Amino acid sequence: MKRRIVVPAIVLVALIAVAGCKKKQPVPTQATAPPATAPAAPTAQLTATPGVISAGDQVQLSWHTTDANAVSIDGIGDVPTEGVKTVTPTQSTTYHLVARGDGGSAEASASVTVNAPIAAVVPSTSMTAEEEFKANVQDIFFDYDTADIRSDAQATLSKDANYLVSHPDVKIVIGGYCDERGSDEYNLALGQNRANAAKNALVNDGVGADRVRVISYGKEKPFCTESNEQCWQLNRRAGFSMDQ
Amino acid sequence: MNLPSGAKAPMILSCAMYGLKAVPFKVPSGYLSPRATSWKRVSRARRPRFRYPSGRTADRMKAKLRCLPVILLCLVFFQAPRILAQDWVHTGTNLGNSAIRLAVADFKPVGADPQTPALKAVFDATLYNDLNNAGIFDMVSKSLAPQAMPGSPQEMVLSQWSAMPASAAMVAFGAFSVTNGRLVVYGWLDDANNAASPQVLAQQYNENATEEMARTIAHRFADAIIYRLGGGINGIAETKIYFVSSRTGSKEIWEMDYDGENQHQLTHLGTISMSPHVSPDNSRVAFDSLEREGWAIRMYSLDLSRLVSFPAGAPGGSNYSPAWTSDGTRVAFSSARGGHPDIWTCDVGGSNLHRITSFGTDTSPVWNPRTNAQIAFVSGRTGEPQIYTMDQDGSNVQRMTDSGYAVSPSWSPSGGLLTFSWNRKYGPGDPGGQDIYVFQIASMQWLQATHESGSNDFPSWSPDGRHIAFERTIGGRTQIWSMLADGTHQQQLTHTGNNYMPDWSWK
Repeated sequence: MKRRIVVPAIVLVALIAVAGCKKKQPVPTQATAPPATAPAAPTAQLTATPGVISAGDQVQLSWHTTDANAVSIDGIGDVPTEGVKTVTPTQSTTYHLVARGDGGSAEASASVTVNAPIAAVVPSTSMTAEEEFKANVQDIFFDYDTADIRSDAQATLSKDANYLVSHPDVKIVIGGYCDERGSDEYNLALGQNRANAAKNALVNDGVGADRVRVISYGKEKPFCTESNEQCWQLNRRAGFSMDQ
Repeated sequence: MNLPSGAKAPMILSCAMYGLKAVPFKVPSGYLSPRATSWKRVSRARRPRFRYPSGRTADRMKAKLRCLPVILLCLVFFQAPRILAQDWVHTGTNLGNSAIRLAVADFKPVGADPQTPALKAVFDATLYNDLNNAGIFDMVSKSLAPQAMPGSPQEMVLSQWSAMPASAAMVAFGAFSVTNGRLVVYGWLDDANNAASPQVLAQQYNENATEEMARTIAHRFADAIIYRLGGGINGIAETKIYFVSSRTGSKEIWEMDYDGENQHQLTHLGTISMSPHVSPDNSRVAFDSLEREGWAIRMYSLDLSRLVSFPAGAPGGSNYSPAWTSDGTRVAFSSARGGHPDIWTCDVGGSNLHRITSFGTDTSPVWNPRTNAQIAFVSGRTGEPQIYTMDQDGSNVQRMTDSGYAVSPSWSPSGGLLTFSWNRKYGPGDPGGQDIYVFQIASMQWLQATHESGSNDFPSWSPDGRHIAFERTIGGRTQIWSMLADGTHQQQLTHTGNNYMPDWSWK
């Protein structure tokens, strides 16, 4: 008889203990203070352009860190110490970047406000071809005054090529873009080389050359018009769109 | 302004002086103002095929040594950075040559037609501006000139004009009347110091009485004077400038008089049109335009006021920057139809199509208008764009600029000079401006024509070789300017919207 009472009592105590523990668990995470920055601490910058979008639109995240060994962005994972990435948030999101280095760590965040779509979130199967294309074929970016494919662009291009190889009916136009510096006429030639470089990479990855058109826009159709490196980087690109 | 080290100063200064002293650069008479100055030399290991006549090397060295004390003195008296920053101070050759001192009397109004005063004001102002713009006269300002308005040689009292303060060597004057809707102008040019036989020029004009014709008559009389006194080189007062304007919302091709008057739109394509280049006979404007299939070279007929076909300019969707030979029979352009942007040439009808470069990122070709046998162009084959020349079959490629970012060449009518836009200190994070330079091909010497005023691009020679039109961007606004080829007498020609890529007509 005693045992009958004792066993449930122990179980009850154990349950309470477990429940109690669970309740406390979030507290330490919230309480985690950002590590104090040491003198030679890394620095981090993160921006999202544009800051307000409608659901389904793309956002360019671009970040820049110094003195960092490891950089990660919540929800994206480990990333290079600087770079640009296109994301398509479905709801308002604050992107949080942590840069860790020998001298400590630094954080930066950037918020994107997503205006709710009229319809509920559409399952991917009912995306229009255009939306699916945009979600899967991402633009690549170039260094200053060159049409050489960067290593981060190489990765993007292989994904783009994978999508295009698995969707053989899709034809594309690659636009070559340049930043505002330099001469209009020379930038048309430079944009041409950027678009061509992207095309060649896709063709090497198995995309039929006859499916790809290239047009240089030089500095005639910029994505942004500010005179700073961030905007210039966004404008030095090869942009992909469906050929209709 | 602040330069990192003064150590470079002596080298650059001696370059400048050596350029002037030991190898005096004779400006072709009439092609550049005698004030042309400060010629520099491209410094690079791979010198062009240019040798000094034997025996001159020693002279050069001596001249250099003679300069040495002067250089040292300069360094003592001025801070070295200031010397460098002001490398455009006007020192130079031929400074003793004086331009002809020319006075222009206001024309005498004849008759009482109510149109006369307004049209005469346009005429008087245009005539004075044209002669002032010519760059070969020392103009007597209107405030120093006598008030007299002699309407005929009989009414002319030359001593009034040759005396102080006008001190004119030549006087232009005449009579201006409107009768029955016709504008009648008599114009004379007198030598103020030759009382016995003063008349140099007598002209008569009879046109419709409109403001445009008042301006045209002034242009014609000015050009007659410039031709007579300017060494037989035709004036440019009746020339046009073709350009790109985005004032309507899209980049379209426009036309204006050389002085910025009479601006009007030619194309209405609603896309992006750029790089206009008028044919030597003023019958067509070639340009490039973004269409659905990409960039095509298009032709706009000035005779028919509409586009005419140029099929050779469309294939591949990547065709840029057309250029004419001076006989109007051939066209060069940049096209990526072969994979990357190369220079191509063809007949004006599209036949005889050849690719003449194959390194990629080649654009902005321009023919030597004297010979039609060479082409200057821009190439990014070694990184930043540089200016090159080659024979018209693509052989004998020579690099002209040694560093920086050099684009947009225009070849002078005489064939001896190039002008282009050059940013010598170009590079990420580097300061420095994009300026217009004039470059003598034979000697590889250059002079800087614009200084510390905005970002300057697309220089285009006038047919007399004395002027250059160009675009200048200051604070995000781009406008078209003109100047004398030595950089003096800069004036803004457009003021509405943004305006780009001027191309000066051939006549």
